[in-house]
Amino acid sequence: MLLNEFLMLGAVLFCIGVYGVIVRKNAVLVLMSIELILNSVNINLLAFSLRNNSVDGHTFALYVIAVAAAEVGVGLAMVLLMYRNRRSVGLDELSEMKG
Amino acid sequence: MFASDVLVAQNVGFAIIAAIMVIGALRVVTTKNVVHAALWLVVVLAGAAAQYVLLAAEFVAITQIMVYIGAVMVLFLFGTMLTRARIGAEQDLNNKNWFIGLPIAVLLLATMLIALNDGFKAEKLPVDAPVVTTQQVSDQIFGAYLLPFWALSFVLLAAAIGAIVLARRD
Repeated sequence: MLLNEFLMLGAVLFCIGVYGVIVRKNAVLVLMSIELILNSVNINLLAFSLRNNSVDGHTFALYVIAVAAAEVGVGLAMVLLMYRNRRSVGLDELSEMKG
Repeated sequence: MFASDVLVAQNVGFAIIAAIMVIGALRVVTTKNVVHAALWLVVVLAGAAAQYVLLAAEFVAITQIMVYIGAVMVLFLFGTMLTRARIGAEQDLNNKNWFIGLPIAVLLLATMLIALNDGFKAEKLPVDAPVVTTQQVSDQIFGAYLLPFWALSFVLLAAAIGAIVLARRD
């Protein structure tokens, strides 16, 4: 296996995730795109870990998974709050900070 | 792109799983149904777990399945269910000026692929690397990386309390 196979897969997933973050209006779908980005990072971490014959990448991948779980929990709580206040999860309606 | 001389089976496995992952990821960002997007995300996450197994990372793969497919996806489906009662296609999931995202993503991808091609042209991964055991991972977490582990515990605690405070109805 080449190292580049995994790195390119990670790059493709990352860009698809970025596209989703930019394009989507629904807050839940934006959170899903962020999950795609975090997973591509994990693939890179583990590929470099195998290449350098070390365990550090595994540790960081586990930390990234834990942070992603926390992020989804808080993010979905915020989405629920937004839905309760506005009856909508469209991110373009949160425009009160515009002057 | 593929290493043709060694380990045909692993290369074929990688290619099949990678194709499934890319198709699933594209469906996540293009489908018109929020529940379908969540289910396609399950495909991508399971494919990522399979790639971790190919990368000799069994503990991370199992953690991926348990945390992501087990817990995070349930959270996503709950979030979908609690915010949108409707099951089915919806029209207004995308921004008005969604077409801006396409050139940005393509430019980013081209830049990254060129950089990767320059940096790691045909560098091979070690073929007979031993599988990283759970014991090695735990030695790292509770040894050299103990301080980030503590910080992470506080992050999780704060996130749990914050989620409860935010979602509580009063």
